[in-house]
Amino acid sequence: MDFGFIFSSALGELFSPTTAAYALAALGLAVHFGYSGLLNFGQAGFMAVGAYGFAISTLTFDAPFFLALIISVLCSVIFAFILGIPTLRLRADYLAIVTIAAAEIVRYVVTTNQLTSVTGSANGLAAFENTFYAMNPFPEGSYMGMNNRDFFIRVVGWGLVIVCCLLVWLLMRSPWGRVLKGIREDENAVRSLGKNVYAYKMQALVIGGVLGALAGMIFTLPRGAVQPSNYGTELTFFLWTCLLLGGMATVLGPVIGAMIFWVVLSLTQSLLYGLIESGAVTWLTTVQAGQLRYILVGVALMLLMIFRPQGVFGNKKELAFA
Amino acid sequence: MSETNERNTENIDYMTDSRPIAVGENTPGCKKRDPIVVAEDVTRSFGGINAVDVEYLEIPRHKITALIGPNGAGKTTLFNLLTGFDTPNTGKWQFEGNSLAGVSSYKVARMGMVRTFQLTKVMGKLTVMENMRLGAADQPGERLSRALFKGIWGGREKEITAQANVLLEKFKLDTKKDDYAASLSGGQRKLLEMARSLMVKPKLVMLDEPMAGVNPALTQSLLDHIKNLKAEGMTVLFVEHDMNMVRHIADWVVVMAEGKVVAEGPPGEVMKNPAVIDAYLGAHHDVDLGDAEGIKVLEAELEADEESVVGTEDAGILSEIEESKKEDGK
Repeated sequence: MDFGFIFSSALGELFSPTTAAYALAALGLAVHFGYSGLLNFGQAGFMAVGAYGFAISTLTFDAPFFLALIISVLCSVIFAFILGIPTLRLRADYLAIVTIAAAEIVRYVVTTNQLTSVTGSANGLAAFENTFYAMNPFPEGSYMGMNNRDFFIRVVGWGLVIVCCLLVWLLMRSPWGRVLKGIREDENAVRSLGKNVYAYKMQALVIGGVLGALAGMIFTLPRGAVQPSNYGTELTFFLWTCLLLGGMATVLGPVIGAMIFWVVLSLTQSLLYGLIESGAVTWLTTVQAGQLRYILVGVALMLLMIFRPQGVFGNKKELAFA
Repeated sequence: MSETNERNTENIDYMTDSRPIAVGENTPGCKKRDPIVVAEDVTRSFGGINAVDVEYLEIPRHKITALIGPNGAGKTTLFNLLTGFDTPNTGKWQFEGNSLAGVSSYKVARMGMVRTFQLTKVMGKLTVMENMRLGAADQPGERLSRALFKGIWGGREKEITAQANVLLEKFKLDTKKDDYAASLSGGQRKLLEMARSLMVKPKLVMLDEPMAGVNPALTQSLLDHIKNLKAEGMTVLFVEHDMNMVRHIADWVVVMAEGKVVAEGPPGEVMKNPAVIDAYLGAHHDVDLGDAEGIKVLEAELEADEESVVGTEDAGILSEIEESKKEDGK
């Protein structure tokens, strides 16, 4: 087994664009659930809206990059309003049901054959990333072992993560964030103090949704393709895993959570493959090993919930009263 | 009306104002000299049961009004209806002349009518100080567009913190201000909720059982504090089962039973009302059974009572034995 390769590929995952996308989307979930108490089980839907919004406006309408970006963000805002207007007056669990259904609706809509000319159906869309790479300021060459395209998307992805973390942190330390946390604890009490709870919840839903849409774009750009199968419910639950790993009501938690998630996935896969190839493990095929690693992630999550239920960055004191 | 109000605030000390509260007789649903809340034909039924059925009720301004009544009389439901947390089936009600029908609860609070809850609601995972700051009105940083810039809301935040410190000291919570509200005891949570509602600087405070679970020494100082709210120009409406408290601080008492207002008047008068004694207080309500004095008072009272045997030579003898004695005498 080549441990050097195993660790270097695990480290590569640490700063991959996919990890950045997961971190952004999980940060959106932190705004939703960690700070505002909104149970969003459809973050994959927001990511799909962001990715398809960008791809369709680029391919079908020939929009330049920034216009496509704005359209995609606007789409996610509209999506948040559609979800929020009927449900935010109700109890938290209703939002959970509606979001999980809405995310599935988005996925089925883009998969329908009638829309193949626009959405590409099950095959999805490709070749929309040129407007993005056309802006690449880095000349060709090797940057820490990456070509200039890979390096550019990493810089943009993680730059976006840093900016968004900073914004969320600034928002959450403000009186606005205090009202949100109050709503998470008891919305009727906040209402009795004269705050428009409905408006605050809607603002939080939109902000978290926009973060999801940005994550969707960062997720698809390096792949050069957007496919409906990437935005299934399991994506939402991976994002929840990242959030719980890192700590719910924290800014850095989701980022570190996403890093841990991908490093553990990569390590377990490489180790299992290595063991199979070297003949130490004979009762597994490499396909089974690929599935086994998700089981291991589940086990890791269970262990974390038992021994560190507040997540990596969470405040233990908050749990004493849960 | 606003003109006369302005004149009042200048000349009259609300602490010692002893002009009559009602216009005319103190009957249920009577008109007040200066009402702040007026409710008319407000009804709310839950599956055929009329929880609230108030024909007419006025709450006097700048006074402390107690709302009493047996469990299930509809006191808390009336609170919910007045503050927009529940919608009545019929009726209209207004606050300072503004109709509140269809106004959502947060707007009611902004108009200056702030309530607390019988089942205390504190934000457990926020500190006591943050709970207090949350109560403050007019914090520009609570708007999303300004939240990012501390320069805009930092100044107001300092004012709010100073205001909160004063209140926390009054409510004996100042040592707890950096603890999570969830770590407070039940009584302390009651206090925090009351202090938080005062952060809004309301015109009318509605307290739902403010003294439930608060220890006697603190109750005393809180009673004074509530009384002083009048001096600051506030109106208080509270639900309470502790008759001592009602007697000490209330200027006016409204008695509810089965959803209806059955009696109204100054505390001394209402507590002598036979209907109120029957429905709520019980015949010996003013006797404190907790100490030796109280038991003596009860004995004296029972002695004077024709139906009781206490104090006669038959004291302590059950009627059966008494009868058998009479038979022996024959």
